[in-house]
Amino acid sequence: MKRAAATTAAATAATTAATTAATTAATTAARQSYGRLLAWLAYQWRDVAAAEDALASALEKALTLWPTQGVPAAPDAWLLTVAMRALLQIARRQRLHNSPQVQALLQGELAADDAPALPDSRLTLLFVCAHPAIDTAVRPALMLQVVLGLQVHQIAPAMLTAPAALAQRLVRAKHKIRAAGLRFEEPDAADLADRLHAVLEAFYAAYGLGWDQAEADTGDPGDPVAAGGAALQGLRGEALFLADLVCSLLPPSASRAEAEGLLALMLFCEARQPARRGPGGGFIPLAAQDCSAWHRPLVVQANRLLAGAAAWQAPGAFQLEAAIQSAHCQRLFTGSTPWAGIVLLYQRLLALAPSLGAQVAHAVACAQAGDAARADALLAALQSPRLAAYQPFWVASGHVASLQGRADAARQAWQRALGLTSAPALRAHLLARLQALG
Amino acid sequence: MKFMLMFFDSVANQAYNPVPGHDGVAAWGAQAGAMGQAGVIVAGHGLQGRETATTLRLRDGVRQVQDGPFADTKEQLGGYFVIDVASLDDALAWAARSPTAATGTVEVRPVLAM
Repeated sequence: MKRAAATTAAATAATTAATTAATTAATTAARQSYGRLLAWLAYQWRDVAAAEDALASALEKALTLWPTQGVPAAPDAWLLTVAMRALLQIARRQRLHNSPQVQALLQGELAADDAPALPDSRLTLLFVCAHPAIDTAVRPALMLQVVLGLQVHQIAPAMLTAPAALAQRLVRAKHKIRAAGLRFEEPDAADLADRLHAVLEAFYAAYGLGWDQAEADTGDPGDPVAAGGAALQGLRGEALFLADLVCSLLPPSASRAEAEGLLALMLFCEARQPARRGPGGGFIPLAAQDCSAWHRPLVVQANRLLAGAAAWQAPGAFQLEAAIQSAHCQRLFTGSTPWAGIVLLYQRLLALAPSLGAQVAHAVACAQAGDAARADALLAALQSPRLAAYQPFWVASGHVASLQGRADAARQAWQRALGLTSAPALRAHLLARLQALG
Repeated sequence: MKFMLMFFDSVANQAYNPVPGHDGVAAWGAQAGAMGQAGVIVAGHGLQGRETATTLRLRDGVRQVQDGPFADTKEQLGGYFVIDVASLDDALAWAARSPTAATGTVEVRPVLAM
């Protein structure tokens, strides 16, 4: 009785272990290859939603079969074959035998059998996701879903969007890709820079969990990174992965230099992450951070990337933003922040891309460089309907007013900023500054 | 579009009862101020504690009046705002800025158009 129980237990344990191994193999294959498999299927089929369904059913089948039959030698090829059969079944049902899609797919099936090496269509898919016909706001989520396989419930909180609303927007975007027959081709050389910029902007939005949200949260316009809670940091790794992917898929060019600029920008922000919180979890603004806590190898890596990009002598907005962060990180090597140089870099950035965030950050840099009156004039001249709810503007206004000794104006601006802050650590930081005003 | 933001939290965290180290009154005052200056507030109030609540039902012609709140749960309705903003996303952004977001729950619902 006892032995039987033990045997059963052992068998159960073995089965559980095998199931776990199979599950791990399936999820590993999913994470590593999802984008490549989906990109290839969507590229052949010209229909992202159908390709997703087919790949999902292949993954489901894998999780049922692999625990008993063992994990195949090439899980990717297995998943791809099953997904393609699923797509072909749909084609048969819809009597699309002779359509070019089916022909392409059949050829693809042969190719996949002969040579398991899969052409990487992820870049093409990213360009489709950032097509001008697709709403800017939905692009980051669309990329995260089709290239990394993230689910709506994983993306929606970071974007501060209702899951049902996001799901609806994604369905609409995929429908548009199919209905408009968006070309699954890489853009012409003439279009490449613009289209790539749209792709990179979507990555940056994902990195900053909606970059305005991030800015609003830090209230530290020189520091473009989310300082929110751990739950809000979920998409940083994914955005870094995507930027790295694009750098590796593009041939060396002035366009790739801009992608490298974005990657460098995000790495500078990553490097400073450890210094962003004090012992009690309190928020520490960039200028007050202990730079010995910064991750030096990441700063060095980012500087090297940026130097390589600069060799193309085609500085775009992301390279300039990275150069600004590089200047902030100079404190690690020289002990001081070159504020006058940062002001000049912001002026070049504003000439290219006059975003509200850069305008506010430019004013703050002027104040730090010693010219509070100019900072005040720059802030006063800003005009945007977004100012009413744009927290970094009110933080900056309070800071400049306090530098000028205008305590009442500083109090009013910081009160306003306080009401626009969503991260508790930043709220506490602002409250402390308000109390210090007396 | 009009949305109601309803703030559910434990009694200890509600606005009229600031927790030590977290100045609830200042934070709520700042939020109301920022919303007011952004011009989105239609209405809004904080409520007195749940021990002040009275509930009423009419069942089969019999009126039942009881002391206490509708549901005796740990998190209680502490206050509300009705705001007029462009979209649910904007309403969620304001909800995220409330002190309750970090300690309790904010329910966001569109108001029935009349």
